[in-house]
Amino acid sequence: MSAVASVHSLWTVAAGVPGRIPAPKIEYAQLAPTLIVLGAAVVGILIEAFLPRRSRYYSQLLLSVVALAAAFAAVIGLAAGGFGSSKAHLAAMGAIAVDGPALFLQGTILLVSLIAVFTFAERRLDPAAHGRPGDAFAPQPAAIPGGEAERAAEKAGFATTEVFPVLLFAVGGMLVFPAANDLLTLFVALEVFSLPLYVLCALARRQRLLSQESAVKYFLLGAFSSAFLLFGVALLYGYAGTVTYAGIAEVISDGARQVDPALAGTMGNDALLLIGGALVLMGLLFKVGAVPFHMWTPDVYQGAPTPVTGFMAAATKVAAFGALLRLLYVVLPGMRWDWRPVMWGVAILTMLGGAVLAITQTDIKRLLAYSSIAHAGFILAGAIAASADGISSVLFYLAAYSFVTLGAFAVVTLVRDAGGEATHLSKWAGLGRRSPLLAAVFAVFLLAFAGIPLTSGFAGKFAVFKAAAESGGGWLVVVGVISSAIAAFFYIRVIVLMFFSEPKADGPTVAVPSVLTSTAIAVGVAATLVLGVAPQYFLDLAGHAGIFIR
Amino acid sequence: MNPVYYLYLAALLFTIGAAGVLIRRNAIVVFMCIELMLNACNLAFVTFSRMHGNLDGQIIAFFTMVVAAAEVVVGLAIIVSIFRTRHSASVDDASLMKL
Repeated sequence: MSAVASVHSLWTVAAGVPGRIPAPKIEYAQLAPTLIVLGAAVVGILIEAFLPRRSRYYSQLLLSVVALAAAFAAVIGLAAGGFGSSKAHLAAMGAIAVDGPALFLQGTILLVSLIAVFTFAERRLDPAAHGRPGDAFAPQPAAIPGGEAERAAEKAGFATTEVFPVLLFAVGGMLVFPAANDLLTLFVALEVFSLPLYVLCALARRQRLLSQESAVKYFLLGAFSSAFLLFGVALLYGYAGTVTYAGIAEVISDGARQVDPALAGTMGNDALLLIGGALVLMGLLFKVGAVPFHMWTPDVYQGAPTPVTGFMAAATKVAAFGALLRLLYVVLPGMRWDWRPVMWGVAILTMLGGAVLAITQTDIKRLLAYSSIAHAGFILAGAIAASADGISSVLFYLAAYSFVTLGAFAVVTLVRDAGGEATHLSKWAGLGRRSPLLAAVFAVFLLAFAGIPLTSGFAGKFAVFKAAAESGGGWLVVVGVISSAIAAFFYIRVIVLMFFSEPKADGPTVAVPSVLTSTAIAVGVAATLVLGVAPQYFLDLAGHAGIFIR
Repeated sequence: MNPVYYLYLAALLFTIGAAGVLIRRNAIVVFMCIELMLNACNLAFVTFSRMHGNLDGQIIAFFTMVVAAAEVVVGLAIIVSIFRTRHSASVDDASLMKL
């Protein structure tokens, strides 16, 4: 009888006075960036439901821009209020961290998404059908491509303005992801930003088959990897008895402590810790696109609508690396002798694999995808330095890289032929003769990817490799420099192709963008050059932001 | 009964799910296998919750169910749309993009 009572005391309460559950304390002001974005996403859904079709586009665009700008202002306000340094603390009962890295990455994500909204809203590129401008998204994604329903939808001038609220939901998840301070929040944030991205991938106006295929691949592999992450979370919970980062780190640091002999099998069981930690890292490395888990990257980047690809390549990487950094530096610092060798291998494989595979590519979007894999390797090299410099160099690299990526994909949307975007590399031959300005802009982005001095890519790579070298990663830096050289080869090859070969007679045309895409590209170029010529201010900013709260 | 057996069962279910994802060819079945993996996670959460004597794991199980439901919504929408286009839900047929 008593045994039963003690067991049941876990989940039953004796009839009588129910225990008072204290209301959680939520610091709404400190969560304002996330709340603004998610709130605007909900309003966007209501706009879809209640506003007439013709006024949806402008109201959605205005709402998204205002919400992202307001959220960015909120981030700046929090940073100015000292939450990035002295007043850093854990909000929402310890679920969300408000500290330097979180605010820096949230600011980066918001700026990148703001520019991505501009590329999403571009309507001048696709030739006007039935007298109405078309954007990059299918008029009615549920219709069969080329079928009767789709033609009718096109004729009626439908537009998928849902992309704006869907984008905002993804941004909301990305804002939480690098700030998540327990494993449950981490998992939920991961799904909140992944699910909208799966949908966005399937919405391309042109080449819907590729687009749908990329969505299926991304969805199945993404769900597969998040299941692994969740099982890792379960094992870590079994190990520590809690899912908060600080709690797990505490159990790791004094692993010999046994609370209760009955728990000897789970609490402090190193097998659970090692397998669980590895599974969680796997889930994050998948999102980052590191080499054993990179298979989805080229297909998804190629098939997704190009504005979505740009957004995904830039913002997802920032969010996922933020979460990875926090996991490595807050939860698992006590076992860095276990994860550092493994992550070394992953970083080396990622750098070399991305660079070598990119050489063989003939499609510009796939080429940029493999280049993003190589860059993930460079960032990993800094992330596993396990030093303060490692954190700040990664923060700087992420900010620099995301603007270059977004700009490069925005340029890709402009080179078009009859079938939509002309992404095959052979079609880019002689583009420099036909459209010198566009080719020059793209060359700037490629040089930044390659890490040529006076571009942001050089400053970022220098910071990352310096941090890696100082923490005993000399060989990592050697491999990094070698793969940078390999990568430079194919970036330069594209530049040579654009400027030093004859344009083809039936080559693509360069569409004249509206002010939206022009702004996106101009911001990309400006960020590339400013961060390259005068990086010190931003390096200092990242340096001040590089301290995690526990 | 020793709760560790439930952990073994969870690991077994998870492995069956993961193997199914890798072996099966129908997108719907692959997706069901992923759901099986999530359910294995839930079993592990609940078992650990029982062993540790705190309720975190049971709460997480609820969150997992909600997330899995949301995933079903998005996943089935995507799979149905590709099925309507291709009249096939085989993941092998979706191979327009190759290296």
